Amino acid sequence: MGIDKETGETTMRVAVVDYKMGNIKSVFNALKYLGARPVIAKSPSDVKGDKIVIPGVGAFGKGMHNLKPFLPKITETLTSNIPLLGICLGLEMFFEDSEESPGIKGLGLMEGKIIRIRTKLKLPHIGWNSLQIKKRTCPLFQNIDNGYVYFIHSYHAMPEEGLITATTNYGCQINASVWKNNVFGTQFHPEKSGALGLQILKNFLEL
Amino acid sequence: MLCHRIIPCLDCDLAFPEGRVVKGIEFKRIKYAGIPWQLAERYYKEGADEIVFLDITASHERRETMTHVIEKTSENVFVPLTVGGGIHSVQDARKVFNAGADKISVNTAAIKNPTIVGKLAKYFGSQACVVAIDAKRRYIAESQETDNKIVIETLEGLCWFECSIYGGRKFTGLDAIRWAIEVEERGAGEILLTSMDKDGTKKGYDIPLTKAINERVSIPVIASGGCGTLEHMSEVFQKTQTSAALAASIFHYRTHSVKEIKEFLAMKEITVRLG
Repeated sequence: MGIDKETGETTMRVAVVDYKMGNIKSVFNALKYLGARPVIAKSPSDVKGDKIVIPGVGAFGKGMHNLKPFLPKITETLTSNIPLLGICLGLEMFFEDSEESPGIKGLGLMEGKIIRIRTKLKLPHIGWNSLQIKKRTCPLFQNIDNGYVYFIHSYHAMPEEGLITATTNYGCQINASVWKNNVFGTQFHPEKSGALGLQILKNFLEL
Repeated sequence: MLCHRIIPCLDCDLAFPEGRVVKGIEFKRIKYAGIPWQLAERYYKEGADEIVFLDITASHERRETMTHVIEKTSENVFVPLTVGGGIHSVQDARKVFNAGADKISVNTAAIKNPTIVGKLAKYFGSQACVVAIDAKRRYIAESQETDNKIVIETLEGLCWFECSIYGGRKFTGLDAIRWAIEVEERGAGEILLTSMDKDGTKKGYDIPLTKAINERVSIPVIASGGCGTLEHMSEVFQKTQTSAALAASIFHYRTHSVKEIKEFLAMKEITVRLG
């Protein structure tokens, strides 16, 4: 990460999109802990920097509704190849639509839909589950061994096979992370997954 | 495979500037254990899967202190944080979420006004909405009429379980097992189940209670109250379907570290997150 010679501060500006869905403070804290300069983007004009993160917990329909004003700026950053990370609901909104909110269109950055987890086990899927890395070439998983990460969700993505970079098992396969060009998504919460999660975020910062 | 979670609980007395972690015995006598954010950081480093903060003073004037405790903790602790005690509205909840909490827990507010559960689930998602249930055994004679209570067989005799509010100071007549079923329907994402009979006794979790509720709800249940030894932890996971076990004094007074407990559980072939 670049350090500003005059101020001694890191120059890595990370915009954390604040669209009023769930706790963005923990994402902010984790990025700060890792030495980046996170900025909470409350308005679309704040969505600029070296990296963009869309965190979020909650329902798909409300998330898309709240995210609407930010859409032009997010599209703009994508065309300029700025890495984008979606966490949990952030990842879900990358897709075309979701069983959670029928009739509401997602961002459509990735092909596929969000479906309710088809398992006989308890839902929501809450807790630490083992990460099975499927695609070692994914930059987020450099220097990462299979380990445990924190999940808290009832829906997950069903993309084409090629986009899936990691999975977990919960009475069925759950797609835990996706990657397409400069867009990354984790269904789990790296900001709440201890040292392993921090390493994944660090890898994102170092892209 | 999903891990069984080990959750240290910090009962916080917020009458002090930085808050104090205290530990009661059967909801009464109180002992000092440390500064909340310092203990939280220690448990995080030892491998805690989550940390629960309960404001035992539960007063509105001290809400700012809890906000401060959570803000400070969340700067260095990267596992989920749950905050309970004195949350009565969506606004109260929003303050602790903004400070860095991931889940909130309600007990008294939910029993006094059950619609709050649905409201919190709608605003913050079910996964962020934990309902805490403090349950006390009420023993009955075999032939006794129980007014539609769910009666469970225990080693000590037949009983039903009564919900308590205001940190164990008031009883409600409400059947804890029925209440657990109701809060799931209302949108709760998890149940934090404390046995008032076992809490602080170090005699082990209330297995019949934990089992009875786990068998009737499909959301995760966190067992709480009574943990004093490594065997108590393995027992609750082996004999019930509980997703998580919460404990306090075993950690506060360094009887065992989180790591020791997890190594012991792994040896017993209980899935836990190590390392």
